[in-house]
Amino acid sequence: MNVLSLIVFLPLVAAAALAFVPARLGDRVFTWSWGAAAAADLVLVVAMWIGFDADGGISYEQRLRWMPSVGIDYHVGIDGLALPLVAVTAVLFLACAIYSQRRLRSAKPFVLLFLCLQTVSLGLFTALDLILFFVYFDLSIVGMYFVIAAWGHGNARKSALKFFLYTFVGSLVLLLGFIGLYLAAEPHTFDIVELARANPLAGRETYGAVVLLAIGLGFAIKTPTVPFHTWLPPAHTDAPATGSVILAGVLLKMGTYGFVRIAMPLLPQSWREYAWIVVIVGVVSVLYGALVALAQEDFKRMIAYTSVNHMGYVVLAVGAAGLIAEGDEQARSLAVTGAVTQMVSHGLLTGALFLIAGVLFDRRASYDMGSYSGLAGRAPVLAGATALAAFGSLGLPGLSGFVAEFQIFTGSLASASVPTALALLGILITAGLLLRAFHRMFLGAERLPDTPGSTRRFEDLRSRELFSVLPLLVLAVVIGLLPRFLLDVVEPSVTSVIGVIGR
Amino acid sequence: MSPLLWSLIAVPLGSGGLLACSGSRGDRHATAVGTAVMAVTLIIGVSVVVARPEASFPFFAGMGLSLVVDGLSAILIVTVVAITSVVLLYAVSELGARESRARFTGLMLLFAGAMLTTVTASNLPTLLMGWEVMGAASWALIGFWWRDSERSVSANIAFLTTRAADLGLYLAAGAALAGGSGSLALGTLPDISQGWLELVTAGIVVAALGKSAQLPFHFWLSRAMSGPSAVSALLHSATMVAAGGYLLLRSEALLAASGWGEPVVAWTGVFTAFVLGLVAVAQRDLKQLLAASTSAQLGFVVLAAGVGSLTGGTVQLVAHAATKSALFLVAGAWLIALGTKELRELRGAARRYRGLGVAFTLAAASLAGIPPLSLWVAKDEVLAAALAQAPALYAVGTVAALLSTVYTVKAALLVWRPVPERAEVTLDRERLGTRRVAPLAESASWVLASGAALLGVLGIPSLAHSLDVFLGPEADPSPALWQLVVSTVATLLVAGLVRWWAEWRIPTPLLGYRGWQEWLCVEGAVRILLVRPVLVAARTLAAFDDRVLDRLVSAVPVAALWLARLVGRRVESWLDGSIGALTGGVGLLGSLARRPQTGQLHQYYVQAAVALALLAVLVVLG
Repeated sequence: MNVLSLIVFLPLVAAAALAFVPARLGDRVFTWSWGAAAAADLVLVVAMWIGFDADGGISYEQRLRWMPSVGIDYHVGIDGLALPLVAVTAVLFLACAIYSQRRLRSAKPFVLLFLCLQTVSLGLFTALDLILFFVYFDLSIVGMYFVIAAWGHGNARKSALKFFLYTFVGSLVLLLGFIGLYLAAEPHTFDIVELARANPLAGRETYGAVVLLAIGLGFAIKTPTVPFHTWLPPAHTDAPATGSVILAGVLLKMGTYGFVRIAMPLLPQSWREYAWIVVIVGVVSVLYGALVALAQEDFKRMIAYTSVNHMGYVVLAVGAAGLIAEGDEQARSLAVTGAVTQMVSHGLLTGALFLIAGVLFDRRASYDMGSYSGLAGRAPVLAGATALAAFGSLGLPGLSGFVAEFQIFTGSLASASVPTALALLGILITAGLLLRAFHRMFLGAERLPDTPGSTRRFEDLRSRELFSVLPLLVLAVVIGLLPRFLLDVVEPSVTSVIGVIGR
Repeated sequence: MSPLLWSLIAVPLGSGGLLACSGSRGDRHATAVGTAVMAVTLIIGVSVVVARPEASFPFFAGMGLSLVVDGLSAILIVTVVAITSVVLLYAVSELGARESRARFTGLMLLFAGAMLTTVTASNLPTLLMGWEVMGAASWALIGFWWRDSERSVSANIAFLTTRAADLGLYLAAGAALAGGSGSLALGTLPDISQGWLELVTAGIVVAALGKSAQLPFHFWLSRAMSGPSAVSALLHSATMVAAGGYLLLRSEALLAASGWGEPVVAWTGVFTAFVLGLVAVAQRDLKQLLAASTSAQLGFVVLAAGVGSLTGGTVQLVAHAATKSALFLVAGAWLIALGTKELRELRGAARRYRGLGVAFTLAAASLAGIPPLSLWVAKDEVLAAALAQAPALYAVGTVAALLSTVYTVKAALLVWRPVPERAEVTLDRERLGTRRVAPLAESASWVLASGAALLGVLGIPSLAHSLDVFLGPEADPSPALWQLVVSTVATLLVAGLVRWWAEWRIPTPLLGYRGWQEWLCVEGAVRILLVRPVLVAARTLAAFDDRVLDRLVSAVPVAALWLARLVGRRVESWLDGSIGALTGGVGLLGSLARRPQTGQLHQYYVQAAVALALLAVLVVLG
């Protein structure tokens, strides 16, 4: 069996095995098995990374006939765009498993659901067939719906339904786009590699524009970009901490990954034609996300809006890479490399921030920033971790966010000068809002919300919390200081995408 | 690869990072570790100054992390390491036993390490990394006493103001790449294509002005006073503000290539020196006076960069670093001992603690521009170059230099006044004074004050010439004899005038207005004109997001439900009714169609006959 497929289906197999274990054996069996499966999967991913040959091509490819009559195959493989996201997915699921080593509400179904979600997420980043991609895309929505609806808090069911309906509609539009690609290709196929080679929509402007509109809309909803983002804040606010981590760290990346994996290489002409729209959507997301985040009182909702801002940088970069008239290839490669780095970096840093939000909620059942103050005295480790994650998120050098954002800005300025200059204001606003939030909650005189049933003490990070947050921050620092191990993998594949766009 | 050069930044940054994270466990050993690290860094620093290595490490595609040591870097390395070491020793006496020494020492090491990165960086990404980490470290140090919310506000203001200016460096990096500098090396920047060159210059100038607290960014420096005095002593001398001046000195060729860069920078510098000099005169708080003076003194470095005086600017930078750090250490020691930094209440402070008083006076004399001390030498060098460019620059610069005499002599006179009776009542305004000065604090001030005085040797022509050679290709114009005479006479005259003024208690015209004390109220203006509109925009957009965009989206399923109900109630029944009507109609037709089917032959014959007849008529007519 192909190691890639093994990585993808290992969690599912674990889930299937655990399904036969009776729930009365206790939660520990399930959470520990989950942790073991996630750790094993991560080990395999690391092994795969070590064996990966960064030449811009596809490695670990596997192709099985699935529905040959309609040109659908089980076709998987991995390149420099997908591998980092596969790795982040494996890391984040392991972090969630560690974080959840405690009394969970109905552990068995939760663990099974997360294992299935992991297979779905890993599958999406490895899929090289549009229908396979679409299946994973939709299943991720279904899985996350149950996570939010069943384990969320507050207005969870309503938020979950909103999330489901909104992103599901997006996926249907996406499917229309995929079918448009399929029909345009001769012979008809859903295979991403073949479609990229055939470039079926070359010279068919209107057709290409319509297909790009459908695909772009589908991914824009998932990413999400302004104005299709309104499902995100309630979904995050009401989701459990681990759900938010996966939603922000993995599910959002499915949208941005779709841009570089499908929209850009399969529709190069249309992408170039309409890149300026992408750039505008990107810069609006950057500024709008940052400003709305600035006005939030709810810590988790604020982080949700900074996600809109951070994903806006990615969209800006992939748009700028399509503005081919100006800007040489080095700049455009730099921008897209930055975009991929941003996906990784945002996964790690926002993952850490959402886990921290979960820690606060566990202690005092509140995300309201105004009701906390001076936490640094009681919880110095928590304060330190939050400060590091916040500074990483605002793009401080030495952490992964800077590596991503510096490349995005430097690479995009040549082709999209004014939008990039405007987007630069985003890092100032995020700096302001994150420092303000940190100041309000962690510094100053001590004040805690009076939550019925809570003890007077406010505990610092417990070990399971520390061991889930810390690795994410360590990875962010490693990428921030020694990014070559990541960029060496990403750059060759980005160069080929840039080459395809230039056709 | 040069391990030596890497260790210069890795040792303070690495150990600083570890120390800052070590928590209360590290407190006990923090001072020892900090001292040891600075000693090692000093050895490394001296070695790299001698060896002048280069180092590069792959980072981004085509642009690595690159360090290089040239004359300017060498001088700054020594300055940074020396002053940081002394200040760290001083800090032992400032921080209480129960304070987080590990966090403090770690952050100071990070701060210094980031500055070392900045002054050795040979391309924009490396420079930006050091630059921004330094800003973040300053945030953590200014807000070191985090339980006091106001100090954290100050830290935020300082960080956000400098970061707003830092955006210029991001802009410059992008523009440099677009303009054809694939490596973003600082040396390649003057050669990039026109158009982009303007943007690069503008970006670098804005970032540097922000960092060195020049107009209109100067107000963050007033806020930076919220940290411990040791932080002020470092932030105002060898790091942070020095970085801006350094970058401009480093970018001389770029400023020249842009055409407009030099005059803009020169005038901003001299204008800041003048205006902030006035602000300093108006201050009533010793630390605020010193802070305003920092902006003004850095103005001369900026002026030097604008008139192409590399040597003058460098001497000014270094001399000011030694002078100002000494003054801050003394001010800090008095604050600890007497519990106040209000000038009025510090009357007689020098008489109470004579050792500190003499150190303060020595450094103040340098700051006042009294010959032959270091800042007198530096300013004459800078002003000579300014005169070669434009007499107006020289004139304003000279007035600004005399302003520094005014505020320094004013402060020095005050602290030597006799101790007032009933002084104890007004002391301890800010904290409970200890009424003692730690020997370490006194020695630290002495070391720095002597440095401030002794650097005056750089005025000796042969030494000045060797410095010119050390620093680089072009020699600066040396001040003419008449200039030295003018500056000496004017300085002494002004000093005497201030003394006379103080004795007769003549009120300072104009400077009594609150605006001067409040640093021209720029912070308030920024709050009203920039921060408030942004916050209003944020709230408006958030409301729009919730009340319009989200409702619009939520309206879609609501509309769908409404439509479904409508269909269920109206269309469905109508459809049901119409189907019923249809079937009824068909049934009626059926029964009508059945009527002729009587089964009786004669009736069929009649029907056939009628049909045939009709057919015949049609045929005939057709």
